[in-house]
Amino acid sequence: MAVGKLTFTKAEREKLAEVLWLLNWISVLTGAILISLGVFLKVEIQKWQEVMSDQGILYVPNTLITTGLAACCINFLGGKICLDCADTNKFLRWKLVMMPYVICTFFFTSCVLAGALMCYSIRSQLEESIFLGLRNTMRFYKDTDTPGRCYLKKTLDLLQIQFECCGNTGYRDWFHVQWISNRYLDMTSSIVVDRLRSNVEGRYLMDGVPFSCCSTLSPRPCIQQQISNSSAHFNYNQQSQQLNLWRRGCRQALMDHYTGIMQSIGLTVLLIWLFELLVLTGVRYLQTAMENVIRLGDPDSESDGWILENSLAETARSNFNIIKNLGKCYQIDDDPNINVPTASAEQEVPSRGVHIPVTS
Amino acid sequence: MVVMKMKFPFQKRVQLAKGLWLLSLSATVAGALTFSLGCILKTELLRRAEVMDNSNIHVVPNTLMIVGLASLGINYFASKICQDALDAGQFPRWKNFLKPYFAISSFFTVLMLLAVIMSFAMTGSLEFSLKVGLRNGIRFYKDTDTPGRCFQKQNIDYLQMAFECCGNNDFRDWFEVQWISNRYLDFNSKEVKDRIKSNVDGRYLVDGVPFSCCNPTSPRPCIQYQLTNNTAHYNYDYQTEELNIYLRGCREALVNYYMGLMNTIGTAVLSVFLLQGSVLVSLRFLQTSMEAVAGQENTEIETEGYLLEKGVKETVMEFVDPLMKFLLFTNKVEEAGAILV
Repeated sequence: MAVGKLTFTKAEREKLAEVLWLLNWISVLTGAILISLGVFLKVEIQKWQEVMSDQGILYVPNTLITTGLAACCINFLGGKICLDCADTNKFLRWKLVMMPYVICTFFFTSCVLAGALMCYSIRSQLEESIFLGLRNTMRFYKDTDTPGRCYLKKTLDLLQIQFECCGNTGYRDWFHVQWISNRYLDMTSSIVVDRLRSNVEGRYLMDGVPFSCCSTLSPRPCIQQQISNSSAHFNYNQQSQQLNLWRRGCRQALMDHYTGIMQSIGLTVLLIWLFELLVLTGVRYLQTAMENVIRLGDPDSESDGWILENSLAETARSNFNIIKNLGKCYQIDDDPNINVPTASAEQEVPSRGVHIPVTS
Repeated sequence: MVVMKMKFPFQKRVQLAKGLWLLSLSATVAGALTFSLGCILKTELLRRAEVMDNSNIHVVPNTLMIVGLASLGINYFASKICQDALDAGQFPRWKNFLKPYFAISSFFTVLMLLAVIMSFAMTGSLEFSLKVGLRNGIRFYKDTDTPGRCFQKQNIDYLQMAFECCGNNDFRDWFEVQWISNRYLDFNSKEVKDRIKSNVDGRYLVDGVPFSCCNPTSPRPCIQYQLTNNTAHYNYDYQTEELNIYLRGCREALVNYYMGLMNTIGTAVLSVFLLQGSVLVSLRFLQTSMEAVAGQENTEIETEGYLLEKGVKETVMEFVDPLMKFLLFTNKVEEAGAILV
């Protein structure tokens, strides 16, 4: 019982081949789109790579780029094949390649789907990575003289300015790290010494934030030091406090930014997947229709095309058997020329006594 | 005195017509490009309109947009004319159209060149406009409660962060202006009272700058206040400190940005001008060589083409005379009317 059986006249087969040729070329374009989406995502992630702790997120854009390249190659080949498929004679050239080609395209289409789903599933890994990365960057903010960390201050300042955010979850995260280097602290001053002594680990902590946390929307000049002390500043009311610094945390800001990008990319890749599936179905029908025409012998007759020759269960069973038998290539079962000792041969053939007549 | 006479055998005329068709197609694209470049420049100028005192500089993008649109029309007609040129039956219907067409096309082509020259020449005007605009912006920085000026603070902050600059000429401009509003000054404090008394106009001046002047590439946390006082900060020398705040003035930064933009656009428009000029010259040669064919039985003879029938001066007078007569005539009518009254 064939799955999805359709009958094709000669004209329909030729039309199908033409349409598929066009669709394959459009698929080459969508493959190029996939590559550019992958490159775009890679560039966006690498821009803020220093505030992310986990570099493994790059597997998503890399998958998209590889899948896009594969799309271009496979669909380019598909275009050539479909152009030849309209004519039975030219189809014979491609006959042996067709089945592997269809299988390859099927696997590649699933890769496209996997790529699309990856864009949605990577969210939690990304959040974890940004959380840890930001925490480390804030800790190393003051280490502008340590090789390997000297640009973290600049990166974090630019991040906070561009994304209009402050700290990891909020501006209070800055109160828990020493973000002013000891190089710029006057150790002879009593204020500094007191503050250092009052902290268990000897860190210089203060209720102040770097300048990059300052909000441009505030009507008053930015208050960076003694933020929690309302009496330290004149007319420092609730509204002033709300507008003074950026309220959003940078983790939230980066997550929003990347989630937006990846959702759009995921949607586009899903649409491309649907299109590839359509092309794959068309190629499968064309392949089976052409094979049937050759089997019938008459190139002008009608032929059937299908997606699967037998039902899904039978096809799965036969494929499973093929895979099972692949492992048995050294056991020869069916060759009739070889004498295989069977159980019945073990029976002793009784030797007949031969009476030799004695003549004298 | 004929200007630039050239012989055109039949094959050369055919080639000229074909080449002209391609040229006019590319000139149409170039005209659209000019229009879009004008739009881009205008958008960029409008983005920073709050720190510009006057809008004289807008004449450059406006001219570019007009010229871009005009060249679309010019090249459309050029392609139509050259398509008809080889058909001796169709060509005569363009006869009366061509003289005003060439006049208008030359005018717009010259206007294109003028736009390019203006974009280089108006640097001084732009600089002056920015100087006044930035000075006002810095003066009104504190007036976030005054209607019409409440966004100056936000604009100046964005500007300084985006262009990595501070103040008008440099950061010292902030020392001469009270940029902290009286609303946020505690007038009971002795320090505030002293400072205000020490100033002639009663302004609260500080040797400090807003946070938007801070340079993120500085290795130390930003020092905004008491910039000239070395003892107020540990390990700080204001004379040698280069990375703490932006040292460049915003006027210089903006002028450099806009000049760079206008240089790029000017170069592109110059090449469009050359393309457009070549379209007009080729069309003129085609027209004059085809006019000589008109009325002949054999359309494949060799003809002569030229740019101008008379000399340059005489041709210009030919165009200017009717214009002068028209203006003088209207003048005479007004005078007569005045006398009657």
